[in-house]
Amino acid sequence: MTTELAIVNGTVFDPLNQTGGEKQDIFIRDGKIVNSVRRKARTINASGMVVMPGGVDIHSHIAGSKVNSGRLLRPEDHRKDVEPRTKHTLSGVGHSVPSTRTTGYRYTRMGYTTVFEPATPPLKTRHTHEELNATPIIDKACFPLLGNNWFVMEYLRDGKIEECAAYVAWMLKATKGYAIKIVDPGGVEVWGWGKFLRGLDDTVAHFDITPREIVRGLCKVNKILNLPHPIHVHTNNLGNPGNYLTTIETMDAVRDLDDGKKPIIHITHVQFTGFSGSSWLNLGSGAPEIADYINKHGHVSVDLGQVIFGDTTTMTADGPFQYFLHKLSGNKWVNVDVEAETGSGIVPFQYKRGNYVNAIQWGIGLELALLVKDPWRVFMTTDHPNGGPFTAYPKVIAWLMSSKAREKTMSKINRTAKKRLDLPGIDREYTLEEISTVTRAAPAKSLGLTNKGHLGVGADADVAIYDLDPSKRDLEQNPIAIRRAFKEAAYTIKDGMIMSKKGQITGTRLGRTFYVESTISSELESNLLKEINSKFKDYYTIEIDNYPIAESFLHNPSKISCKAEV
Amino acid sequence: MKQQTTSSVVCTVCGCCCDHLEVTVQDNKIINAKNACAMSSSKLLGYMNERLMQPMIRGKNGFSNCSYEKAIDVTARTLARSRSPLFYGWSLTSCEAIEVGVELAEETGGFIDNTTSTCHGPMILGVHEIGESSCTLGEIRHRADVVVYWGSNPVHAHPLHMSRYTVMSKGRFRRSRSERKMIVIDVRRTDTAKMADIFVQMEPNKDYELLSALRAAVRGDEIEQEEVAGVSVDRIEELAEIMINCEFGALFFGLGLTMSAGKNKNLDAALSLVRELNSKTKFVIMPMRGHFNVNGANNVMTWLTGYPYALDFTQGFPRYNPGETSAVDLLARSECDSSLVVASDPISNFPHQAASNLASIPLITIDPHTTPTTMCSDVVLPSAHVGIETGGTIYRMDGVVLETRTLVKPPKGVKSDVEILSAILRRLKSIRRLG
Amino acid sequence: MSSIQVTLLTGRSLSQGRSKEQGKLSDFYHRSVACCEIGAEDLSKIGASHGENVRVITEHGSVVVKAILPTQALPQGVVFMPYSLWATQVSGSDTDGSGMPSYKGTPATVQPAKDESILSLEELVRRSFGKKERRKSAAGR
Repeated sequence: MTTELAIVNGTVFDPLNQTGGEKQDIFIRDGKIVNSVRRKARTINASGMVVMPGGVDIHSHIAGSKVNSGRLLRPEDHRKDVEPRTKHTLSGVGHSVPSTRTTGYRYTRMGYTTVFEPATPPLKTRHTHEELNATPIIDKACFPLLGNNWFVMEYLRDGKIEECAAYVAWMLKATKGYAIKIVDPGGVEVWGWGKFLRGLDDTVAHFDITPREIVRGLCKVNKILNLPHPIHVHTNNLGNPGNYLTTIETMDAVRDLDDGKKPIIHITHVQFTGFSGSSWLNLGSGAPEIADYINKHGHVSVDLGQVIFGDTTTMTADGPFQYFLHKLSGNKWVNVDVEAETGSGIVPFQYKRGNYVNAIQWGIGLELALLVKDPWRVFMTTDHPNGGPFTAYPKVIAWLMSSKAREKTMSKINRTAKKRLDLPGIDREYTLEEISTVTRAAPAKSLGLTNKGHLGVGADADVAIYDLDPSKRDLEQNPIAIRRAFKEAAYTIKDGMIMSKKGQITGTRLGRTFYVESTISSELESNLLKEINSKFKDYYTIEIDNYPIAESFLHNPSKISCKAEV
Repeated sequence: MKQQTTSSVVCTVCGCCCDHLEVTVQDNKIINAKNACAMSSSKLLGYMNERLMQPMIRGKNGFSNCSYEKAIDVTARTLARSRSPLFYGWSLTSCEAIEVGVELAEETGGFIDNTTSTCHGPMILGVHEIGESSCTLGEIRHRADVVVYWGSNPVHAHPLHMSRYTVMSKGRFRRSRSERKMIVIDVRRTDTAKMADIFVQMEPNKDYELLSALRAAVRGDEIEQEEVAGVSVDRIEELAEIMINCEFGALFFGLGLTMSAGKNKNLDAALSLVRELNSKTKFVIMPMRGHFNVNGANNVMTWLTGYPYALDFTQGFPRYNPGETSAVDLLARSECDSSLVVASDPISNFPHQAASNLASIPLITIDPHTTPTTMCSDVVLPSAHVGIETGGTIYRMDGVVLETRTLVKPPKGVKSDVEILSAILRRLKSIRRLG
Repeated sequence: MSSIQVTLLTGRSLSQGRSKEQGKLSDFYHRSVACCEIGAEDLSKIGASHGENVRVITEHGSVVVKAILPTQALPQGVVFMPYSLWATQVSGSDTDGSGMPSYKGTPATVQPAKDESILSLEELVRRSFGKKERRKSAAGR
C-alpha cells in the first residue's frame, strides 16, 4: 500500500538544502521525501506554520544500565510526573529520567525523531539495546565507551595503531554501536582504585599511557576506520574550576591530525568543561576562550550541555566526577564501575538561580552558543538529564532566539554571577534557520546520517511542523510563543506517518536502531581475534562467545557500512 | 544419535549466572554438564523430573487435561473479569517474558510484582534513600583485597561465587587467595564461615546495631558500650581498621540482612557504611541475588514503568509503594481477585496467611514443574525452561546481561513463557474488543 | 511436655537448593526441607533426639518436622528450617510496611512430637489449602 502525504503552504527551514524560510511544499511517499504525490494524497495545510526536518538529538542519556540505575534511584522524581495510558500510548513516569515509552512519546511530541544514547559500557550494551528496543517511535543508536578500555590502552601504549583500529572495529560490531565515545580518558580506570587523575599528561597507573595519548590514538583510529562521526569526547577534569583549559588542550591535542575535510573531534556538553577561575568563589565562564578557539579551528565541533534551573539527575560514565558531586551536594549517589572498560555515577542535582556557580554554568552554555559563529559546529543539547531534562529544549530555543527571554531569566539569577558573565552584553539572536541547523541539520551531518536532518528527495520522511508564523511578528519579542510552539509540535511525522498532533500521540511504531560497521582486512581481523581470545578470560568474567550482540537482538536494525583503510 | 557439546553455556539457577558451562546433549537429552556446580548439575540433569506435560483446568472432580488454546482462553476470561489481578513471579523466566507480563498487568489495570519483594526488596528501598557504590564482578576479581560476606552463605547458595569472582579467583592485580582477606559475618558458623580469615559471630536480629557501630568506628567515633550485637567493640574497631586500610573492599550480603529485624533499615545502614568508606578508600557493595533473573525482572520493570517491583496499574499509570503494593501485603489484605503466577511457587514461599488467600482466589500458574502452587491452581500451563529448552536474556547479580540458549527441545507440545503470555495478551485484547 | 523458646531462622541450604531442582514431590526434597536443625543442648532440653519429630509453633501456626542436628553450627536458642512450605506454615505475613515478611528471627516454641507424623507435600497442601480447594472445585471454576 502506498502511503502518501503532502504538506503544503508551510514555511520550510531545510539548511542542508539551502532553504531558509521559503514557502515550499513537501511530498512524502512510503516513508521518504519525494518529488510529488497524487492529488488525492492526504494533505496537511501548513499555512502560517514552520516546517522543519525532525529533530536530531546527538547526545541524550535515554537507555542503558546507568539510566536504569538513575530511574531506580529516583522514585520521588517519578511520582511527580506520570503519564497515564491512552488509546495510543502505554503509561509511564519520569521527570528527569523517564521510562522508555515516555521518552519516545515526549521526544515525538516536541518534533524530535532521532535520538542518540551517547554512552554505553560495552559489556552491558545488551541492556542498552533492550531499552532502545522498548523506546517507541524515534530512531536511535548508541556510542560504546572506549576511553578507559584495557585493550585500547594497551594497544595505544605499544604503538599498535592498526591493531587498535581492528579492535575498535570489532567492538563496534560486537556492541552494534555507532561511534567512539571517550569519557574522562584514563580517569575512570584510575577511579577503579578510588583515585583521581590530574591532567592530560598524567600517567594512568598500571597502563603507562596518558589521556592525551588515548585521545590522539582513538582519533587516528577513527580516521583509519572512516567512521561517519568524529571521536565524541567528554574531557578530563569535568566540573573543576579552570577546566576550560583542559577543553582547549584536548581540542588542540589532535589539531595536527586535521585533514581539513570535516571536524575530527567533537567535545560534548562543553558547558561542564568551560569553567574559568581557580575555585568556586571566583568561578567564571571560559566560553569566550573556547568559542574563540572553535572559531579559529575548523577541526572541532561541540554540543552545549545547557543548564536548566530546576531539579534533575546527573549521570555520566565519569565516575570520579560523580563522586565529587555527591560530596559537594550531599545528595545520594550511585556508582557502577565496569570491569576492563569504564564506569558510571549518578547523583540527583538541583540547579538554582540564586546559586552563584549554577548561574555561571547557565551563562556558559548560552555564551558558547552565541559566540561560536558557525552554527554547523555547535549543537543544542542539555546533555539530558545532566543539565536538565530534554523536555526543556523549548526553553533553550527561546533563550537562543530571544535576548528578551535571556534578560528575563538573567534578572532572576545570582547578581554577582550576572556581573561576571559576558552574556548580558551579547545581543545576537538565533534565527529560525540557525535553530533548525543546531537542532537538526548539523547534528545529522555530524553523525553522517545522510537521510536525516533534511527534507531533500530521498530523505527519511521525518518532519516537524511547528505552529509559528515568522511572517506575522518579530518572534524574538515573543519568547512565550516560541516555547509554546516547540513544546508541542503541531504535527510530528515519522517515516511518513503522523505520530503526534498538537501534543497528542496519534500512533506508534518501532523506530530504527542504527549501528556502524567498518570492514577491515580479513588478515587483520583474524590476528585480532586470536589476540582477544587469548586475553579475554583474563580480563572479563564472561566468555568471549557471549560478548558480541547479534543483529537480530536489535528489533529494527539499520546498518551503516564503511570501509577501513586497513 | 551422536553427542553434541555446547560450550559457553549460561547457567540459569542462581544470580551468579556462570557462563562457562559445557553441556553435552544426546537424543535431545542433557547427559553431561561440565563446570556446573551442584545446584546447576541438579537442574541440568534433573529438569525433566515432575514436569507438567499438558495444560490442565480444575473442574468439579479435580484437574482435567486440555489444550493450550482452551487454557489460554479460560485464563484470558478470568483476567478480563478481574478488577485487581496480581501477576507474580518472574524471577525464573526471561526478560522477553517479563516485558509481556508488564503489558498484561497494564492492560488489565492490575498489580505486578516479582520475588524481589520477599528477597532483596529491602535493599532496593535502601538504594532509593542512599544510593549504591558498586561495580561489575570482574572489578572485584581484579582488585579486591578485602571481601566481606554478611548474612550470606555462598557455599550453599552461590557455590561458584568465590572461585569465579572473589577470594579464590585470579584477577589482574590479585593473583591468589593469599592476596585477599575474607571476612564472614553471620549468626552461625556456616560452611562459608569456616573458610574465612576472620569470622564474626553476631546475635540474630542485631544487624542494624552492628552496622551502626561499624559506621561509628569508621568515622573514628568512640563507642560507649563494650559490645554490640554480641561482638566486642575491640573486634568492631579491628574490622573497621581492616576496611579503611584496604585498597579495594567488597561487601556481599544475603538474606540474613534483608529478612531479619530492621529489614530495609539494615540496608540503609549497610549502604551508608560502604558509601562512607569511599571517603577513605574504594569500597563496593552487592546483593547476592538468589535467582538467575530476578535482577532482570527489576531492570525490565524499571525501564518500562520507572519502578523495580510491587507495581500497581489500577489507576492507569504505574504506582509503587512496597508495603502496600507488594504481593504479600496485597494478599494478606485480600486485595486481589485473581492471580497469574509465572515460574514461581508462592504457595510454598509466602507466609501462610498470604498463601492461603492466594489459594482462595482464581489462580493460574505457568511453570515447568508440579509445585504446591500448581496443586492449588485453577488453570495450569506447562512451560519450557529458560536456558535449557528456550532462550532469552537474563541479568546477572551485577547487571551484566547474558543471552541464554536453547540446548534441547522442550517436551512435546510444551510452549515457552513468552509464547504463552503473548497468547494470553492477544486473547485478552480480543475479548475486550468484542465486548 | 517440655518445650523451649527459640529464635527461628529460615534460609537456603545446599540440599534444599539441589533437591528443589529435582522436583518438589521427590523424597530427596522432602528429606531436605521437612526438617528443623536444632542444637544438641536444645534437643536434650526437650527430651528429643536427632531424627525424631518435633512441633515448631509460632504465633502464625505450627508444623511437625524432623529434628536434625545442625549441619552448620547454630548458637544455643537458635533453630534453622530450610525454605519450604513447612517453614512458611509458621511465618507471619506482616511486613512492617516494607513488603518483606519476617522470615528470619521469628520467636518460636519447639516441643517433642515423637508420635505425630510429618505430612507428605501433597497432604500438607491439602491440609493447608484444602478447604479452599474443595470450595473452588464445587464452584466449578
